[in-house]
Amino acid sequence: MEIKVLGPGCAKCGETEKIMRAAVAETGVAATIEKISDFQQIAKFGVFSTPAVVIDGQVKCVGKTPTKAEALAWLKK
Amino acid sequence: MPTADPLNENAPQPRPPLASLLLGAAGLVAWFLIYRQLLPFSRYLTFELLGLAPESHLGEAIQFFIYDTPKVLMLLTLVVYGVGVLRSFFTPERTRKILAGKRESTGNVLAALLGIATPFCSCSAVPLFIGFVTAGVPLGVTFSFLIAAPMVNEVALVLLYGLLGWKVAALYLGTGLTIAIVAGFVIGRLKLENHIEDWVREMHVNASEVPDEKLTWPQRFAHGKASVREIVGRVWIFVVLGIGVGAGIHGYVPEGFMASIMGKEAWWSVPVAVVIGIPMYANAAGIVPVIQALLGKGAALGTVLAFMMSVIALSLPEVVILRKVLKPRLIAVFVGVVGTGILLVGYLFNLII
Repeated sequence: MEIKVLGPGCAKCGETEKIMRAAVAETGVAATIEKISDFQQIAKFGVFSTPAVVIDGQVKCVGKTPTKAEALAWLKK
Repeated sequence: MPTADPLNENAPQPRPPLASLLLGAAGLVAWFLIYRQLLPFSRYLTFELLGLAPESHLGEAIQFFIYDTPKVLMLLTLVVYGVGVLRSFFTPERTRKILAGKRESTGNVLAALLGIATPFCSCSAVPLFIGFVTAGVPLGVTFSFLIAAPMVNEVALVLLYGLLGWKVAALYLGTGLTIAIVAGFVIGRLKLENHIEDWVREMHVNASEVPDEKLTWPQRFAHGKASVREIVGRVWIFVVLGIGVGAGIHGYVPEGFMASIMGKEAWWSVPVAVVIGIPMYANAAGIVPVIQALLGKGAALGTVLAFMMSVIALSLPEVVILRKVLKPRLIAVFVGVVGTGILLVGYLFNLII
């Protein structure tokens, strides 16, 4: 599983990355987590409100920090 | 399934809508009753219990602090909650859909209003800019949105209302919106589209299809609560510090002290205030209480408002970030047009008040 956290690097983006890491640790799925802060790359995902989470190329949420429960639900599928 | 988490907006809400509505109404009544007692309470505490003389410097400073701090924090909580619920109706994605293909003028007005209502994290400004421009939102309309969003800010509005009255708050709201609309319109007229960085213009983005969530009322209330936790939780310390400094100035700095430097007669003080304010980056919460105290000592309203607007609407970090998508000339035009607008507002206030 390939998880990407998109965000230029404010407090909310950092929080999002932390939640995703915690969720991955809790479920124990094999996943890589990458933080992307380059605007050009973020735009390529068609995302324009950050923070956003992309899992295996699919945009899961934009413009908000997900809750841990949401993150866990994405990882289970 | 994970256990129910109170922070999780998607968790089933145990309370039926009617009960939460009644609870909200009761909370509102309690808020109002407490709010009305703040002034008598601060007088009683300062002058009766502490036994300070009502005319003394210390007495005035302490009463000012004891009254204004809870007053402003209570107003802030109420308004931020309301705005949080209101903003749950808007998303940047929906706003973009509304603005795409809109003409200038109507588009500028709409964009400025949506700039206030649409929730987005301040560091999202650049991705948002790219998203708008690539979706066909005209450049000037995009700028109206990006100028209004930080310029007209609910925290500043509440503080101006709480500390300086509704007239000043209304003037700030009206002129802030006007600057965003006119500045965006002017930028649009100047035809500067080729001063956007090339990679942005050449970009073809397929908008990602994120399912549009339909929120229920309990989820919207949860939104309001989350904004209170986030915004009030972040700014309360600045409000308290700001009012503390304000109280000190209020009680100790002689009347008319600021008149010669920031008064109406000093015509040069408006441009100086704007030039100093532009690179500065501070939040409205800390700056308004200080402004109120300066006003009390003879500083002119226009000068002080111009300073506040230039601090919150333009900043050096913002310009540095915008440089990634805009060429220097467009950045200079953006700062110049907005700065001129603020300057005019400053002179206008000094003239009419």
